[in-house]
Amino acid sequence: MIALSTLFRRSFAHGVHPPDHKALTADLPTQRIPFVSHYVLPLNQHLGAPCKPVVETGQRVERGQLIGQPTAFVSTSLHSPVTGWVRDIGRRRGPDGDYRESIEIEADPFSTQRLAPSPRPDWRGMSVEALVEALPHSGIVGLGGAALPAQVKYSLRKGVRIRHLIANGAECEPYLTNDHRVMVERPETLLRGIEILQTLLGAEETIIGIEQNKPEAIATLRAHIRPDQRVRVVPLRVKYPQGDSKMMIRALLNREVPAGLHAADIGIIMNNVSTIAAIADWLEDGIPYIDRLVTVSGPGIARPANLIVPLGTPVREVLRFCGGLTEDTREVIMGGPMMGTPVASLDAPILKTSSGVLAFTAAETARPREYPCIRCGRCVEACPYFLNPSRLARLAKARMYDEMKRMNLSECVECGSCTYSCPSGIPIVQLIRTAKNNLRGRKRAVKT
Amino acid sequence: MKRPDPKLLVQPAPLLKQPLTTSMAMRDVLIALAPATLAGVWMFGLGALLILLASIAGAVATEWVLLPDDERRAQLANGSAIVTGLLLGLTLPPALPLWMAFLGGVVSIGLGKIIWGGLGYNLFNPALVGRAFLLAAFPVAMTTWSAQTGPTGFFEVAASNLAAPFMHIDFDGVSSATPLNLMKFQHQSTALWDLMIGRTSGCIGETSGLLLILGGLFLAFRRDLDWRIPASILIAVAAFTSLLVLIDAERYPGPLFSVFSGSLLIGAFYMASDPVTSPLTPKGAWIFGTGVGLLVVLIRVFGGFPEGVMYAILLMNAATPLIDRYTQPRVFGKGLKSPRGGHE
Repeated sequence: MIALSTLFRRSFAHGVHPPDHKALTADLPTQRIPFVSHYVLPLNQHLGAPCKPVVETGQRVERGQLIGQPTAFVSTSLHSPVTGWVRDIGRRRGPDGDYRESIEIEADPFSTQRLAPSPRPDWRGMSVEALVEALPHSGIVGLGGAALPAQVKYSLRKGVRIRHLIANGAECEPYLTNDHRVMVERPETLLRGIEILQTLLGAEETIIGIEQNKPEAIATLRAHIRPDQRVRVVPLRVKYPQGDSKMMIRALLNREVPAGLHAADIGIIMNNVSTIAAIADWLEDGIPYIDRLVTVSGPGIARPANLIVPLGTPVREVLRFCGGLTEDTREVIMGGPMMGTPVASLDAPILKTSSGVLAFTAAETARPREYPCIRCGRCVEACPYFLNPSRLARLAKARMYDEMKRMNLSECVECGSCTYSCPSGIPIVQLIRTAKNNLRGRKRAVKT
Repeated sequence: MKRPDPKLLVQPAPLLKQPLTTSMAMRDVLIALAPATLAGVWMFGLGALLILLASIAGAVATEWVLLPDDERRAQLANGSAIVTGLLLGLTLPPALPLWMAFLGGVVSIGLGKIIWGGLGYNLFNPALVGRAFLLAAFPVAMTTWSAQTGPTGFFEVAASNLAAPFMHIDFDGVSSATPLNLMKFQHQSTALWDLMIGRTSGCIGETSGLLLILGGLFLAFRRDLDWRIPASILIAVAAFTSLLVLIDAERYPGPLFSVFSGSLLIGAFYMASDPVTSPLTPKGAWIFGTGVGLLVVLIRVFGGFPEGVMYAILLMNAATPLIDRYTQPRVFGKGLKSPRGGHE
């Protein structure tokens, strides 16, 4: 009976089934890593415009103090994760090796590092518009990976009424368990956040979508939902990329968000469970977004862990806390193994989007020899957006980027299911990314 | 720190990879074909085994000669030339001179694959290109069928097998009629059970219907082939012939006979389903398979040849790019009624 219901659990069409490797950290309680001496905080840890520094070199800052303010609608604030002094404002290397304008802070070794609560609006009786005004001050971004400043989703088109709030607890990336730990350890905070947002939006119902490989999270949340709350937990079949917002909506409500539109346009707002908990932390307790939950895992990590890491902590310090890298480590990934970013230098800081620090050995990084495409169609059956990755890869190799546009290149979310499934070892999504970058570059060239 | 950082790669994600390679898929095909191959060799004797070896040798040797040095090892290792050679050999008559089988292997790889740009770029199924060449060049040898030797005559290799290249071929005492010949020219049916277990004359690997189905199901289960293609071929053939039987049961062969006779099963499960030369999209697979099935019956019943599987598949191979073009699946979120009204 249970097996049967498992088989018919809701999900989206297509997708792949990578092994989840979550057992390494799923049951490890989160722990806070000690404060270190230096923090590097890039000004563009979110999508959109970088924030503007509001502090000067040499200035003393408190933990939680505003150090960067938003410069546009799609932008957000930055707060100091430690009490200390601003040492420098200048270019530092980010995880991907690119130089980014950053604020470097030296921690005060004698500070208690107690958080100075930020001024915050009273959410009771607040309108959605007021929420949109307020959220940029929190520094919160979408924590599922996109890093879209939190207010953007809540700025609704005129006449749109939100019926459903969705809390995304899919966490479909293998290895990562930080959303899982939020659901297991902080169900009250998450449900408080849901209550606040549901009330502000006037949404009829909130659905928490969780893949069923997290039974503890499902049970914990179900146990904490009050009967008067219109909140439902829906277990989902384990499949990648379930956490993609449009796939999640398809899985939970069997609705298709039209291409080019957002979920809000069809009356749905979806946030990651961690994002909702962060919003609750801020609206209830005045805690800005300064600490990130990071899953440190993978075969190259001596002691895997779920850590609370202040933003800007160097990856090196995080790894050191976990016993360092094993000798045979070949690659460190920030984020998940399917969509994360390779870390170019261990001095790179933890960002708002750093859901994971994963270390891999030669066994995972070895690339199979690439053979020509034999049109087996596995990528076509993997692509959740029903694109034709095989054809797109061929066109990308021939640099026929305009033809790729006609083949709906823009709909690709770069989930990597195609590359994962390709028996010929063709780096399909990598080719697609290159094509997109090329087209972007071309557009910029035309503009200037 | 005391220890220097390890040298880190910055390979872009995804790092995870499904444990699946082209050579594994080719190995699956060889496993799937093994039962029918062994049965063919058992029934038709040592001569049949020599033909299979000759066509495989022709295919592998051609790949070796025509591929650039740096490609050779890897391409041969993925086993696709062996699969092509074996498939060709299985569709050859058991009394065929060995040199013809070898030449067929050469043409399969040379004209069927390498000339298009190699693996993955050919429009037509390579084994069938080789077979079509042999049928056009040596029509007599390709349509002279020998009776089954059975285990007693296993080591008796027919004189025709050993004929020297381009010399006279001695077909004495090897003539026999295939079930499709009997049906076409003498309106004589063959017992269904004999067709299923392969107790008939025909090409080396095409006779054992049940074993071919078994291997085909294995491939479908392993997702090495798109089940829609063999399914739609068999459905189309059965439906079309059922219709004909309804019109005139005396004149036309029934659906079961049609499915189990000739090279329909080996064609449907192992050749039409070749991913390189069949449509990529699910809808396209249905169209492709239905087309093959209809053409097979048209050629068999109304055409001049007793068998039409080879031409049916080659014709639909030619239509594949077109089918693919018109059956692209609907992209997620496209072509919906938008909430703001109207159609996007």
